[in-house]
Amino acid sequence: MRFTSLAFLAFAALTVLLYYLFPKAKRWWVLLVADYVFYFFAGKEFLPFILFTTLVTYSFARWMQALTDRESRYLEEHRDSLSKEERKAVRSKYKTHRRWVLVSGAILGFGMLAILKYTGFIVSIFRSSGIPNLILPLGISFYTFQSMGYLIDVSRGKVAAERNFFKTALFVSFFPQLVQGPISRFADLEPQLIEGHPFDSFNLRAGLLRAAYGYFKKMVVADTAMIAVQTLAARSDELTGGYVVLLILLYSVVIYGDFTGGIDIALGIAEMLGIHPAENFNRPFSSRSVKEYWNRWHITMGSWFTDYVFYPLSVSIPMQKLSKWSRAHLGQALGKRIPVYLATIFTWFLTGLWHGAGWNFIVWGLLNCLLLLVSQELKPLWSLWQTKFPKLCASTPWHLWQATRTFLLMGLIRSLDVYRNVPKTFRLWGTIFSTFNWGEIFSGGWLRLGLGIADYAVLAGGILIIFLVSQLGKAETPLRERTAKKPVLTVFLLGAFVCVILIFGTYGIGYNAGDFIYRTF
Amino acid sequence: MEQLLEILENLHPGMNIGENDDLIGSGLLDSLDIVTLITEINSTFDVNIPAEEILPENFCSAKAIYALIQRLDEV
Repeated sequence: MRFTSLAFLAFAALTVLLYYLFPKAKRWWVLLVADYVFYFFAGKEFLPFILFTTLVTYSFARWMQALTDRESRYLEEHRDSLSKEERKAVRSKYKTHRRWVLVSGAILGFGMLAILKYTGFIVSIFRSSGIPNLILPLGISFYTFQSMGYLIDVSRGKVAAERNFFKTALFVSFFPQLVQGPISRFADLEPQLIEGHPFDSFNLRAGLLRAAYGYFKKMVVADTAMIAVQTLAARSDELTGGYVVLLILLYSVVIYGDFTGGIDIALGIAEMLGIHPAENFNRPFSSRSVKEYWNRWHITMGSWFTDYVFYPLSVSIPMQKLSKWSRAHLGQALGKRIPVYLATIFTWFLTGLWHGAGWNFIVWGLLNCLLLLVSQELKPLWSLWQTKFPKLCASTPWHLWQATRTFLLMGLIRSLDVYRNVPKTFRLWGTIFSTFNWGEIFSGGWLRLGLGIADYAVLAGGILIIFLVSQLGKAETPLRERTAKKPVLTVFLLGAFVCVILIFGTYGIGYNAGDFIYRTF
Repeated sequence: MEQLLEILENLHPGMNIGENDDLIGSGLLDSLDIVTLITEINSTFDVNIPAEEILPENFCSAKAIYALIQRLDEV
Protein backbone atom coordinates (compact mmCIF):
# COMPACT_ATOMS: atom_id res chain seq x y z
CA MET A 1 0.00 0.00 0.00
CA ARG A 2 1.62 3.23 -1.16
CA PHE A 3 1.13 6.63 0.44
CA THR A 4 0.12 7.99 -2.97
CA SER A 5 -2.50 5.33 -3.70
CA LEU A 6 -6.25 5.82 -3.39
CA ALA A 7 -6.32 2.67 -1.24
CA PHE A 8 -4.03 4.39 1.27
CA LEU A 9 -6.19 7.52 1.37
CA ALA A 10 -9.24 5.35 2.09
CA PHE A 11 -7.28 3.38 4.69
CA ALA A 12 -6.04 6.54 6.45
CA ALA A 13 -9.55 8.06 6.47
CA LEU A 14 -11.03 4.84 7.89
CA THR A 15 -8.33 4.67 10.57
CA VAL A 16 -9.04 8.26 11.67
CA LEU A 17 -12.79 7.57 11.70
CA LEU A 18 -12.46 4.32 13.70
CA TYR A 19 -9.99 5.92 16.09
CA TYR A 20 -12.53 8.47 17.23
CA LEU A 21 -15.44 5.98 17.23
CA PHE A 22 -13.70 3.76 19.78
CA PRO A 23 -13.67 4.54 23.52
CA LYS A 24 -10.63 6.63 24.48
CA ALA A 25 -8.97 3.85 26.48
CA LYS A 26 -9.13 1.47 23.49
CA ARG A 27 -8.04 3.90 20.78
CA TRP A 28 -4.45 2.70 20.76
CA TRP A 29 -5.71 -0.73 19.71
CA VAL A 30 -7.15 0.86 16.55
CA LEU A 31 -3.69 2.24 15.78
CA LEU A 32 -2.00 -1.10 16.37
CA VAL A 33 -4.45 -2.98 14.14
CA ALA A 34 -4.09 -0.23 11.49
CA ASP A 35 -0.28 -0.58 11.65
CA TYR A 36 -0.40 -4.26 10.93
CA VAL A 37 -3.08 -3.95 8.24
CA PHE A 38 -0.91 -1.30 6.56
CA TYR A 39 2.18 -3.46 6.86
CA PHE A 40 0.34 -6.57 5.64
CA PHE A 41 -0.73 -4.78 2.46
CA ALA A 42 2.72 -3.22 2.04
CA GLY A 43 4.08 -6.78 1.85
CA LYS A 44 3.02 -9.66 4.07
CA GLU A 45 6.49 -11.19 3.66
CA PHE A 46 7.83 -8.24 5.70
CA LEU A 47 5.76 -9.11 8.78
CA PRO A 48 8.12 -11.69 10.38
CA PHE A 49 10.92 -9.10 10.43
CA ILE A 50 9.01 -6.36 12.21
CA LEU A 51 7.64 -8.96 14.64
CA PHE A 52 11.18 -10.15 15.35
CA THR A 53 12.35 -6.57 16.04
CA THR A 54 9.34 -6.02 18.30
CA LEU A 55 10.01 -9.21 20.22
CA VAL A 56 13.70 -8.34 20.68
CA THR A 57 12.83 -4.77 21.70
CA TYR A 58 10.21 -5.87 24.21
CA SER A 59 12.12 -8.73 25.82
CA PHE A 60 15.50 -6.99 26.11
CA ALA A 61 13.92 -3.79 27.44
CA ARG A 62 12.06 -5.83 30.07
CA TRP A 63 15.27 -7.69 30.94
CA MET A 64 17.16 -4.43 31.50
CA GLN A 65 14.27 -3.00 33.49
CA ALA A 66 14.31 -6.07 35.75
CA LEU A 67 18.00 -5.41 36.44
CA THR A 68 17.33 -1.74 37.18
CA ASP A 69 14.49 -2.66 39.55
CA ARG A 70 16.67 -5.26 41.31
CA GLU A 71 19.46 -2.67 41.68
CA SER A 72 17.06 -0.11 43.17
CA ARG A 73 15.60 -2.67 45.60
CA TYR A 74 19.05 -3.77 46.73
CA LEU A 75 20.26 -0.20 47.27
CA GLU A 76 17.07 0.67 49.14
CA GLU A 77 17.27 -2.38 51.38
CA HIS A 78 20.96 -1.73 52.19
CA ARG A 79 20.76 2.02 52.29
CA ASP A 80 22.22 2.34 55.78
CA SER A 81 24.83 -0.39 55.60
CA LEU A 82 26.56 0.49 52.31
CA SER A 83 29.37 3.01 52.05
CA LYS A 84 29.56 5.46 49.15
CA GLU A 85 32.18 3.29 47.41
CA GLU A 86 30.11 0.15 47.90
CA ARG A 87 27.03 1.86 46.43
CA LYS A 88 29.10 2.91 43.43
CA ALA A 89 30.35 -0.66 43.03
CA VAL A 90 26.78 -2.02 43.07
CA ARG A 91 25.67 0.53 40.48
CA SER A 92 28.67 -0.24 38.34
CA LYS A 93 27.97 -4.00 38.50
CA TYR A 94 24.36 -3.57 37.38
CA LYS A 95 25.35 -1.04 34.73
CA THR A 96 27.81 -3.53 33.24
CA HIS A 97 25.18 -6.25 33.34
CA ARG A 98 22.65 -3.97 31.58
CA ARG A 99 25.26 -3.06 29.02
CA TRP A 100 25.75 -6.71 28.10
CA VAL A 101 22.01 -7.19 27.74
CA LEU A 102 21.90 -4.07 25.56
CA VAL A 103 24.77 -5.31 23.39
CA SER A 104 23.02 -8.67 22.93
CA GLY A 105 19.74 -6.97 21.97
CA ALA A 106 21.54 -4.59 19.62
CA ILE A 107 23.36 -7.47 17.94
CA LEU A 108 20.02 -9.14 17.25
CA GLY A 109 18.27 -5.94 16.15
CA PHE A 110 21.05 -4.38 14.09
CA GLY A 111 22.20 -7.87 13.05
CA MET A 112 18.99 -8.55 11.18
CA LEU A 113 19.20 -5.14 9.50
CA ALA A 114 22.85 -5.77 8.59
CA ILE A 115 22.18 -9.21 7.13
CA LEU A 116 19.22 -8.10 5.04
CA LYS A 117 20.63 -4.77 3.92
CA TYR A 118 24.36 -5.31 3.59
CA THR A 119 25.01 -9.00 2.74
CA GLY A 120 24.73 -8.36 -1.00
CA PHE A 121 27.05 -5.35 -0.78
CA ILE A 122 29.68 -7.18 1.29
CA VAL A 123 29.61 -10.22 -1.00
CA SER A 124 29.91 -7.92 -4.04
CA ILE A 125 33.19 -6.55 -2.66
CA PHE A 126 34.75 -10.00 -2.86
CA ARG A 127 33.14 -11.44 -5.98
CA SER A 128 31.23 -10.15 -8.97
CA SER A 129 28.72 -12.97 -9.49
CA GLY A 130 26.29 -14.93 -7.36
CA ILE A 131 25.45 -11.92 -5.21
CA PRO A 132 22.46 -12.71 -2.99
CA ASN A 133 19.50 -10.42 -3.42
CA LEU A 134 17.78 -10.46 -0.04
CA ILE A 135 14.41 -9.03 0.84
CA LEU A 136 14.49 -5.50 2.32
CA PRO A 137 11.42 -5.00 4.51
CA LEU A 138 9.65 -1.66 4.29
CA GLY A 139 11.01 0.91 6.74
CA ILE A 140 13.45 -1.52 8.38
CA SER A 141 16.17 1.12 8.84
CA PHE A 142 13.66 3.45 10.49
CA TYR A 143 11.96 1.03 12.86
CA THR A 144 15.23 -0.68 13.79
CA PHE A 145 16.87 2.62 14.74
CA GLN A 146 13.79 3.79 16.62
CA SER A 147 13.62 0.50 18.55
CA MET A 148 17.33 0.36 19.32
CA GLY A 149 17.24 3.98 20.50
CA TYR A 150 14.53 2.90 22.95
CA LEU A 151 16.69 -0.01 24.20
CA ILE A 152 19.61 2.38 24.78
CA ASP A 153 17.32 4.77 26.67
CA VAL A 154 16.13 1.92 28.90
CA SER A 155 19.73 0.82 29.57
CA ARG A 156 20.58 4.41 30.55
CA GLY A 157 17.55 4.59 32.84
CA LYS A 158 16.10 7.49 30.83
CA VAL A 159 12.81 5.67 30.32
CA ALA A 160 11.13 2.73 32.03
CA ALA A 161 10.55 -0.32 29.86
CA GLU A 162 7.00 -0.78 28.61
CA ARG A 163 5.29 -3.72 30.36
CA ASN A 164 2.72 -4.35 27.66
CA PHE A 165 4.00 -6.20 24.58
CA PHE A 166 1.28 -4.76 22.33
CA LYS A 167 2.10 -1.20 23.38
CA THR A 168 5.74 -1.85 22.48
CA ALA A 169 4.53 -3.23 19.14
CA LEU A 170 2.62 0.00 18.54
CA PHE A 171 5.72 2.10 19.23
CA VAL A 172 7.79 0.03 16.78
CA SER A 173 5.21 0.00 14.00
CA PHE A 174 3.24 3.29 14.06
CA PHE A 175 2.17 3.27 10.40
CA PRO A 176 2.57 6.93 9.31
CA GLN A 177 6.24 6.75 10.33
CA LEU A 178 7.00 3.35 8.86
CA VAL A 179 7.77 4.46 5.31
CA GLN A 180 10.42 7.09 5.98
CA GLY A 181 10.37 8.22 9.58
CA PRO A 182 10.79 10.47 11.49
CA ILE A 183 12.82 8.37 13.93
CA SER A 184 11.02 9.10 17.18
CA ARG A 185 12.14 8.75 20.78
CA PHE A 186 10.14 6.52 23.09
CA ALA A 187 9.68 9.21 25.75
CA ASP A 188 8.14 11.56 23.17
CA LEU A 189 6.02 9.20 21.10
CA GLU A 190 4.82 6.33 23.29
CA PRO A 191 2.69 8.37 25.74
CA GLN A 192 1.04 10.09 22.77
CA LEU A 193 0.27 6.77 21.09
CA ILE A 194 -1.26 5.24 24.18
CA GLU A 195 -3.30 8.26 25.26
CA GLY A 196 -6.76 8.29 23.73
CA HIS A 197 -6.94 11.73 22.16
CA PRO A 198 -10.29 13.50 22.06
CA PHE A 199 -11.57 14.58 18.66
CA ASP A 200 -10.45 18.08 17.81
CA SER A 201 -11.62 19.65 14.56
CA PHE A 202 -8.58 21.95 14.59
CA ASN A 203 -6.22 18.94 14.61
CA LEU A 204 -8.20 17.41 11.78
CA ARG A 205 -8.00 20.56 9.66
CA ALA A 206 -4.32 21.17 10.45
CA GLY A 207 -3.47 17.53 9.72
CA LEU A 208 -5.43 17.51 6.48
CA LEU A 209 -3.70 20.70 5.34
CA ARG A 210 -0.30 19.29 6.15
CA ALA A 211 -0.95 15.98 4.41
CA ALA A 212 -2.40 17.75 1.34
CA TYR A 213 0.65 20.01 1.19
CA GLY A 214 2.85 16.91 1.43
CA TYR A 215 1.04 15.30 -1.51
CA PHE A 216 1.45 18.53 -3.46
CA LYS A 217 5.22 18.59 -2.78
CA LYS A 218 5.56 14.94 -3.67
CA MET A 219 3.25 14.55 -6.68
CA VAL A 220 3.41 17.98 -8.31
CA VAL A 221 6.97 19.09 -7.56
CA ALA A 222 9.19 16.10 -6.77
CA ASP A 223 7.71 13.60 -9.21
CA THR A 224 7.70 16.13 -12.06
CA ALA A 225 11.36 17.06 -11.51
CA MET A 226 12.18 13.36 -11.12
CA ILE A 227 11.32 12.72 -14.79
CA ALA A 228 14.17 15.00 -15.88
CA VAL A 229 16.51 13.62 -13.22
CA GLN A 230 15.89 10.08 -14.47
CA THR A 231 16.66 11.14 -18.03
CA LEU A 232 19.84 12.93 -16.93
CA ALA A 233 20.95 9.87 -14.96
CA ALA A 234 20.10 7.36 -17.70
CA ARG A 235 22.01 9.36 -20.34
CA SER A 236 24.81 10.53 -18.07
CA ASP A 237 27.50 9.53 -20.60
CA GLU A 238 26.33 12.19 -23.04
CA LEU A 239 24.62 14.66 -20.68
CA THR A 240 27.71 16.11 -19.02
CA GLY A 241 28.95 19.61 -18.12
CA GLY A 242 26.04 21.98 -17.57
CA TYR A 243 23.63 19.05 -17.49
CA VAL A 244 25.36 17.84 -14.30
CA VAL A 245 24.61 21.23 -12.72
CA LEU A 246 21.03 20.87 -13.94
CA LEU A 247 20.84 17.45 -12.30
CA ILE A 248 22.22 18.82 -9.05
CA LEU A 249 19.57 21.56 -8.99
CA LEU A 250 16.69 19.33 -10.07
CA TYR A 251 17.61 16.50 -7.71
CA SER A 252 17.71 18.97 -4.82
CA VAL A 253 14.13 19.86 -5.74
CA VAL A 254 13.24 16.15 -5.98
CA ILE A 255 14.73 15.12 -2.65
CA TYR A 256 13.23 18.12 -0.86
CA GLY A 257 9.73 17.57 -2.28
CA ASP A 258 9.92 13.82 -1.88
CA PHE A 259 11.31 13.59 1.64
CA THR A 260 9.72 16.64 3.27
CA GLY A 261 6.50 15.87 1.39
CA GLY A 262 6.49 12.29 2.72
CA ILE A 263 7.13 13.52 6.24
CA ASP A 264 4.33 16.09 5.88
CA ILE A 265 1.95 13.29 4.89
CA ALA A 266 3.09 11.17 7.85
CA LEU A 267 2.91 13.99 10.39
CA GLY A 268 -0.35 15.27 8.90
CA ILE A 269 -2.04 11.88 9.40
CA ALA A 270 -0.59 11.66 12.92
CA GLU A 271 -1.89 15.16 13.67
CA MET A 272 -5.41 14.17 12.64
CA LEU A 273 -5.15 11.52 15.37
CA GLY A 274 -3.94 14.11 17.89
CA ILE A 275 -0.37 12.76 17.76
CA HIS A 276 2.64 15.02 17.19
CA PRO A 277 5.84 13.07 16.42
CA ALA A 278 9.16 14.94 16.27
CA GLU A 279 9.71 17.37 13.40
CA ASN A 280 12.29 16.27 10.85
CA PHE A 281 12.99 19.53 8.97
CA ASN A 282 13.43 23.19 9.68
CA ARG A 283 13.79 25.02 6.34
CA PRO A 284 17.08 23.22 5.59
CA PHE A 285 17.82 24.93 2.26
CA SER A 286 18.21 28.30 3.98
CA SER A 287 21.13 26.93 6.05
CA ARG A 288 24.25 29.07 5.87
CA SER A 289 26.72 26.31 6.75
CA VAL A 290 26.98 22.54 6.41
CA LYS A 291 26.74 22.18 10.19
CA GLU A 292 23.56 24.24 10.24
CA TYR A 293 22.18 22.22 7.33
CA TRP A 294 22.58 19.00 9.32
CA ASN A 295 20.80 20.59 12.27
CA ARG A 296 17.86 21.32 9.97
CA TRP A 297 17.70 18.37 7.56
CA HIS A 298 16.58 14.88 8.66
CA ILE A 299 16.85 16.16 12.23
CA THR A 300 15.74 12.94 13.95
CA MET A 301 18.37 10.85 12.18
CA GLY A 302 21.10 13.40 12.94
CA SER A 303 20.20 13.57 16.63
CA TRP A 304 20.03 9.76 16.78
CA PHE A 305 23.60 9.45 15.52
CA THR A 306 24.80 12.28 17.79
CA ASP A 307 23.21 10.89 20.95
CA TYR A 308 23.76 7.18 20.39
CA VAL A 309 26.98 7.01 18.35
CA PHE A 310 29.04 10.21 18.35
CA TYR A 311 28.93 11.17 22.04
CA PRO A 312 29.17 7.63 23.49
CA LEU A 313 32.11 6.92 21.22
CA SER A 314 33.81 10.27 21.89
CA VAL A 315 33.66 9.91 25.66
CA SER A 316 34.27 6.15 25.80
CA ILE A 317 37.19 5.01 27.95
CA PRO A 318 39.39 3.93 24.99
CA MET A 319 38.81 7.32 23.34
CA GLN A 320 39.66 9.14 26.57
CA LYS A 321 42.86 7.16 26.84
CA LEU A 322 43.64 7.99 23.21
CA SER A 323 42.89 11.63 23.92
CA LYS A 324 45.31 11.74 26.85
CA TRP A 325 47.98 9.87 24.92
CA SER A 326 47.68 11.99 21.81
CA ARG A 327 47.77 15.25 23.78
CA ALA A 328 50.85 14.08 25.66
CA HIS A 329 52.68 12.91 22.54
CA LEU A 330 51.33 15.05 19.73
CA GLY A 331 50.61 18.32 21.51
CA GLN A 332 47.39 19.94 22.73
CA ALA A 333 46.15 21.22 19.36
CA LEU A 334 46.44 17.98 17.41
CA GLY A 335 45.96 15.68 20.40
CA LYS A 336 42.52 16.93 21.37
CA ARG A 337 41.32 16.68 17.78
CA ILE A 338 42.25 13.07 17.12
CA PRO A 339 39.57 11.27 19.22
CA VAL A 340 36.79 13.69 18.25
CA TYR A 341 37.66 13.56 14.58
CA LEU A 342 37.90 9.78 14.65
CA ALA A 343 34.44 9.63 16.26
CA THR A 344 33.13 12.09 13.65
CA ILE A 345 34.53 10.04 10.76
CA PHE A 346 33.07 6.83 12.17
CA THR A 347 29.69 8.47 12.76
CA TRP A 348 29.51 9.76 9.19
CA PHE A 349 30.68 6.45 7.80
CA LEU A 350 27.72 4.82 9.60
CA THR A 351 25.39 7.60 8.48
CA GLY A 352 26.36 6.91 4.88
CA LEU A 353 25.93 3.19 5.37
CA TRP A 354 22.53 3.74 6.99
CA HIS A 355 21.33 5.38 3.77
CA GLY A 356 22.20 2.36 1.68
CA ALA A 357 24.52 -0.50 0.94
CA GLY A 358 26.85 0.99 -1.64
CA TRP A 359 30.11 2.87 -2.00
CA ASN A 360 28.24 5.94 -3.21
CA PHE A 361 26.49 6.21 0.17
CA ILE A 362 29.71 5.67 2.13
CA VAL A 363 31.57 8.29 0.07
CA TRP A 364 28.59 10.63 0.45
CA GLY A 365 28.79 10.27 4.25
CA LEU A 366 32.56 10.78 4.31
CA LEU A 367 32.36 13.85 2.07
CA ASN A 368 29.83 15.37 4.47
CA CYS A 369 32.27 14.60 7.27
CA LEU A 370 35.13 16.20 5.33
CA LEU A 371 33.13 19.38 4.81
CA LEU A 372 32.27 19.53 8.51
CA LEU A 373 35.86 18.98 9.61
CA VAL A 374 37.22 21.53 7.15
CA SER A 375 34.61 24.03 8.41
CA GLN A 376 35.72 23.30 11.97
CA GLU A 377 39.37 23.90 11.07
CA LEU A 378 38.55 27.10 9.24
CA LYS A 379 36.66 28.53 12.22
CA PRO A 380 39.54 30.78 13.42
CA LEU A 381 39.94 32.15 9.90
CA TRP A 382 36.21 32.76 9.69
CA SER A 383 36.25 34.58 13.06
CA LEU A 384 39.06 36.80 11.74
CA TRP A 385 37.04 37.51 8.59
CA GLN A 386 34.02 38.46 10.70
CA THR A 387 36.14 40.81 12.82
CA LYS A 388 37.59 42.48 9.72
CA PHE A 389 34.28 42.81 7.81
CA PRO A 390 31.47 42.89 10.40
CA LYS A 391 29.06 44.89 8.21
CA LEU A 392 29.48 42.62 5.20
CA CYS A 393 29.01 39.47 7.32
CA ALA A 394 25.76 40.84 8.76
CA SER A 395 24.34 41.81 5.36
CA THR A 396 21.55 39.96 3.53
CA PRO A 397 23.56 39.45 0.28
CA TRP A 398 26.29 37.75 2.31
CA HIS A 399 23.74 35.49 4.02
CA LEU A 400 22.26 34.67 0.61
CA TRP A 401 25.70 33.80 -0.71
CA GLN A 402 26.31 31.51 2.28
CA ALA A 403 22.94 29.76 1.83
CA THR A 404 23.56 29.34 -1.92
CA ARG A 405 27.04 27.95 -1.32
CA THR A 406 25.70 25.44 1.24
CA PHE A 407 22.82 24.46 -1.04
CA LEU A 408 25.16 23.84 -3.98
CA LEU A 409 27.72 21.93 -1.92
CA MET A 410 25.06 19.67 -0.45
CA GLY A 411 23.49 19.23 -3.89
CA LEU A 412 26.83 18.37 -5.44
CA ILE A 413 27.61 15.51 -3.06
CA ARG A 414 23.97 14.41 -3.07
CA SER A 415 24.32 13.68 -6.80
CA LEU A 416 26.27 10.56 -5.76
CA ASP A 417 22.84 9.25 -4.84
CA VAL A 418 21.66 9.60 -8.44
CA TYR A 419 24.67 8.42 -10.43
CA ARG A 420 25.32 5.59 -7.91
CA ASN A 421 28.88 5.11 -9.17
CA VAL A 422 31.64 6.96 -7.35
CA PRO A 423 34.37 7.21 -10.05
CA LYS A 424 31.76 8.12 -12.65
CA THR A 425 30.27 10.81 -10.40
CA PHE A 426 33.70 12.33 -9.81
CA ARG A 427 34.32 12.33 -13.59
CA LEU A 428 30.97 14.02 -14.16
CA TRP A 429 31.78 16.66 -11.53
CA GLY A 430 34.99 17.32 -13.47
CA THR A 431 33.01 17.94 -16.68
CA ILE A 432 31.23 20.87 -14.99
CA PHE A 433 34.51 22.76 -15.37
CA SER A 434 35.71 21.20 -18.63
CA THR A 435 32.59 20.93 -20.81
CA PHE A 436 30.93 24.24 -21.57
CA ASN A 437 27.65 23.20 -23.17
CA TRP A 438 25.37 25.83 -21.67
CA GLY A 439 24.58 27.12 -25.17
CA GLU A 440 23.26 23.71 -26.16
CA ILE A 441 21.21 23.45 -22.94
CA PHE A 442 19.61 26.87 -23.35
CA SER A 443 18.96 26.38 -27.05
CA GLY A 444 16.66 23.43 -26.41
CA GLY A 445 18.63 20.80 -24.50
CA TRP A 446 16.59 21.43 -21.35
CA LEU A 447 13.44 20.54 -23.29
CA ARG A 448 14.77 17.13 -24.28
CA LEU A 449 14.82 15.75 -20.74
CA GLY A 450 11.25 14.47 -20.68
CA LEU A 451 9.74 17.78 -19.56
CA GLY A 452 8.03 20.39 -21.75
CA ILE A 453 7.72 24.14 -21.16
CA ALA A 454 4.39 23.58 -19.37
CA ASP A 455 6.05 21.05 -17.02
CA TYR A 456 8.83 23.50 -16.19
CA ALA A 457 6.21 26.19 -15.58
CA VAL A 458 4.40 23.86 -13.14
CA LEU A 459 7.72 23.09 -11.46
CA ALA A 460 8.60 26.77 -11.17
CA GLY A 461 5.16 27.54 -9.73
CA GLY A 462 5.49 24.67 -7.26
CA ILE A 463 8.92 25.80 -6.12
CA LEU A 464 7.63 29.36 -5.72
CA ILE A 465 4.73 28.16 -3.56
CA ILE A 466 7.10 26.07 -1.40
CA PHE A 467 9.42 29.06 -1.02
CA LEU A 468 6.57 31.40 -0.05
CA VAL A 469 5.09 28.90 2.42
CA SER A 470 8.55 28.43 3.92
CA GLN A 471 9.02 32.20 4.30
CA LEU A 472 5.53 32.68 5.79
CA GLY A 473 6.21 29.78 8.15
CA LYS A 474 8.95 31.76 9.93
CA ALA A 475 6.36 33.43 12.18
CA GLU A 476 5.89 32.32 15.79
CA THR A 477 2.61 30.56 14.93
CA PRO A 478 3.14 28.37 11.86
CA LEU A 479 1.20 29.33 8.74
CA ARG A 480 -0.66 26.01 8.77
CA GLU A 481 -1.94 26.59 12.28
CA ARG A 482 -3.07 30.11 11.45
CA THR A 483 -4.89 28.75 8.39
CA ALA A 484 -6.43 25.77 10.18
CA LYS A 485 -8.15 28.16 12.61
CA LYS A 486 -10.31 29.28 9.68
CA PRO A 487 -12.54 26.37 8.53
CA VAL A 488 -13.74 28.02 5.29
CA LEU A 489 -10.20 28.89 4.21
CA THR A 490 -9.07 25.34 5.08
CA VAL A 491 -11.77 23.76 2.92
CA PHE A 492 -10.94 26.14 0.07
CA LEU A 493 -7.22 25.34 0.28
CA LEU A 494 -7.83 21.60 0.50
CA GLY A 495 -10.00 21.82 -2.61
CA ALA A 496 -7.31 23.85 -4.35
CA PHE A 497 -4.63 21.29 -3.44
CA VAL A 498 -6.77 18.42 -4.75
CA CYS A 499 -7.41 20.29 -8.04
CA VAL A 500 -3.73 21.22 -8.45
CA ILE A 501 -2.61 17.64 -7.77
CA LEU A 502 -5.23 16.20 -10.16
CA ILE A 503 -4.37 18.67 -12.94
CA PHE A 504 -0.61 19.06 -12.53
CA GLY A 505 0.42 16.01 -10.52
CA THR A 506 2.48 13.18 -11.91
CA TYR A 507 0.47 10.01 -11.65
CA GLY A 508 -1.47 7.46 -13.65
CA ILE A 509 -0.43 4.90 -16.25
CA GLY A 510 3.19 5.23 -17.30
CA TYR A 511 4.37 6.86 -14.09
CA ASN A 512 5.42 5.31 -10.85
CA ALA A 513 4.63 8.15 -8.52
CA GLY A 514 4.31 6.00 -5.48
CA ASP A 515 7.76 5.23 -4.20
CA PHE A 516 9.49 7.66 -1.90
CA ILE A 517 13.26 7.82 -2.16
CA TYR A 518 13.80 7.38 1.59
CA ARG A 519 11.50 4.37 1.54
CA THR A 520 14.43 2.35 0.20
CA PHE A 521 16.93 3.55 2.83
CA MET B 1 35.07 25.19 41.10
CA GLU B 2 38.48 26.82 40.67
CA GLN B 3 39.88 23.65 39.13
CA LEU B 4 36.95 23.52 36.71
CA LEU B 5 37.38 27.16 35.69
CA GLU B 6 41.06 26.46 35.12
CA ILE B 7 40.19 23.55 32.80
CA LEU B 8 37.72 25.74 30.92
CA GLU B 9 40.23 28.56 30.58
CA ASN B 10 42.85 26.10 29.30
CA LEU B 11 40.43 25.16 26.53
CA HIS B 12 40.28 28.78 25.44
CA PRO B 13 43.50 30.47 26.56
CA GLY B 14 43.11 34.17 27.12
CA MET B 15 39.40 33.93 27.97
CA ASN B 16 38.21 34.86 31.43
CA ILE B 17 35.30 32.53 32.13
CA GLY B 18 32.94 33.20 35.04
CA GLU B 19 30.78 30.71 36.93
CA ASN B 20 27.56 31.82 35.27
CA ASP B 21 28.80 32.65 31.78
CA ASP B 22 26.71 31.10 29.00
CA LEU B 23 29.04 28.53 27.44
CA ILE B 24 26.72 27.12 24.79
CA GLY B 25 24.71 30.12 23.65
CA SER B 26 27.92 32.13 23.29
CA GLY B 27 29.45 29.38 21.15
CA LEU B 28 32.34 28.89 23.59
CA LEU B 29 31.80 25.15 23.81
CA ASP B 30 31.48 23.12 20.63
CA SER B 31 31.43 19.32 20.38
CA LEU B 32 35.23 19.26 20.19
CA ASP B 33 35.53 21.24 23.43
CA ILE B 34 32.85 19.22 25.22
CA VAL B 35 34.66 15.93 24.56
CA THR B 36 38.04 17.40 25.62
CA LEU B 37 36.42 18.94 28.68
CA ILE B 38 34.87 15.62 29.72
CA THR B 39 38.25 13.86 29.42
CA GLU B 40 39.83 16.52 31.64
CA ILE B 41 37.01 16.50 34.19
CA ASN B 42 37.00 12.70 34.42
CA SER B 43 40.70 12.57 35.22
CA THR B 44 40.77 15.64 37.52
CA PHE B 45 37.65 14.90 39.58
CA ASP B 46 37.73 11.09 39.35
CA VAL B 47 34.18 10.87 38.01
CA ASN B 48 32.81 9.37 34.84
CA ILE B 49 30.55 11.62 32.80
CA PRO B 50 28.52 9.26 30.60
CA ALA B 51 27.26 10.17 27.13
CA GLU B 52 23.66 10.44 28.33
CA GLU B 53 24.64 13.39 30.54
CA ILE B 54 25.81 15.42 27.55
CA LEU B 55 22.81 17.70 27.58
CA PRO B 56 22.69 21.49 27.09
CA GLU B 57 21.41 22.00 30.65
CA ASN B 58 24.47 20.20 32.08
CA PHE B 59 27.03 22.17 30.04
CA CYS B 60 25.44 25.61 29.75
CA SER B 61 27.68 27.19 32.42
CA ALA B 62 30.59 26.36 34.72
CA LYS B 63 28.07 26.26 37.57
CA ALA B 64 25.93 23.66 35.76
CA ILE B 65 29.00 21.54 34.95
CA TYR B 66 30.10 21.69 38.57
CA ALA B 67 26.63 20.64 39.73
CA LEU B 68 26.83 17.67 37.35
CA ILE B 69 30.24 16.66 38.75
CA GLN B 70 28.92 16.83 42.31
CA ARG B 71 25.82 14.83 41.41
CA LEU B 72 27.86 12.10 39.71
CA ASP B 73 30.29 12.01 42.62
CA GLU B 74 27.47 11.47 45.10
CA VAL B 75 25.81 8.65 43.17
